[in-house]
Amino acid sequence: MADTMQFDLVSPERSLASLQATAVQLPGADGDLTAMPNHAPTITTLRPGIVRVEAPEGNAEFAVTGGFAEITAVGTSILAERAVPVSEMTQDVLDGFVSDAAAASQNATPENLDELAKRSVDIEAMGSELGLSVKS
Amino acid sequence: MANLKDLKNRIQSVKNTRKITKAMQMVAAAKLRRAQEAAEAGRPYAERFNAVLGGLASASTGGDSAPKLLAGSGSDQVHLLVVMTAERGLCGGFNSSIVKLARAKAADLLASGKTVKILTVGKKGREQLRREYGDHMIGHVDLSGVRNVGYDNAQSIANDLIHRFNEDEFDIATIFYNTFESVITQVPTQKQVIPASFDAPEEGAEASTVYDYEPSEEGILKTLLPSGVATQVFSALLENAASEQGARMAAMDNATRNAGEMIDKLTIQYNRSRQAVITNELIEIISGAEAL
Repeated sequence: MADTMQFDLVSPERSLASLQATAVQLPGADGDLTAMPNHAPTITTLRPGIVRVEAPEGNAEFAVTGGFAEITAVGTSILAERAVPVSEMTQDVLDGFVSDAAAASQNATPENLDELAKRSVDIEAMGSELGLSVKS
Repeated sequence: MANLKDLKNRIQSVKNTRKITKAMQMVAAAKLRRAQEAAEAGRPYAERFNAVLGGLASASTGGDSAPKLLAGSGSDQVHLLVVMTAERGLCGGFNSSIVKLARAKAADLLASGKTVKILTVGKKGREQLRREYGDHMIGHVDLSGVRNVGYDNAQSIANDLIHRFNEDEFDIATIFYNTFESVITQVPTQKQVIPASFDAPEEGAEASTVYDYEPSEEGILKTLLPSGVATQVFSALLENAASEQGARMAAMDNATRNAGEMIDKLTIQYNRSRQAVITNELIEIISGAEAL
């Protein structure tokens, strides 16, 4: 049994990571999940949160704001709307995420009001997980 | 024959022009490299996105529950043409080729009795289309303040499109842009973005994988389709940016070469007339001396 799998993290603007990983922890829309080699093929949407990658060369963490992940037995690829390595995640970046989410909530329709509200909360939770605060 | 002073001024002015075009060419070359890198960096995302979305879409078409963005509004009466051009000129046939394609499409649609609406992205397209199709224009997106197009720009255009679609302003949206093939070749392209259309998924390996969907197939499709529009707009913007710089580089290279040729010709002419003047003076002096 292979003990590593291919992991790719791409955002529309650039490819952030492409490496062999042993496990990837994802913030799925319906709850966190961990993908390991030989996982059943799954496609899941992501909520704002932190992706943790365990790899032989060392672990990596990325903050993502949404998108989706495609998990197969031999690899996991995440297509994130926006992704930032946690080391580059500063208060400014978080504020940017928050203000974008707030702007989106401005023209919310009754249908997606809940969704957008949840998004803001998720971003806030992600911030506090990283030790950053959200100014209200 | 033009006098010497005029010729000299003319040569100087062509030299100045050559300096400018040369500088523009070099600037375009530098920008081209960056734009090309951005376009290439964006490709994997767009390709995978479309592959996944295409798979999902082909699985769910036929069902009544297919989202409106995929199934369409059930009519094809009102067409929205999104014409993406550059903000600046001096880039050869770049803008005109897009506009030409869009114009042909618009004429085609109008001839078959459809309603045409036009949304322009980039100043040059609006200028070229305004005279003929001014009444059809419903909006303009200004990107002149944007140095490097980002996903945000694409997203706001896509949101605008989706909003208009939900308000039943149009039935079918097509984007027009130039695909970057190489520095010298840019291919004007049209692509339907709403309702979403996908290249048929490859038969075989891909199709045999059965995925679990979380939360649900419909749920994913519903959240991904708007992003799909944004992704397509974004890759069009990137291709366009790279094409624009490529076209400008080629155009300016031509202009520089032309200026060089012109300078050579003018210099020969200048030297000839200078010699003619000298010969003339000599004849005058000699014949003056002989007359004495």
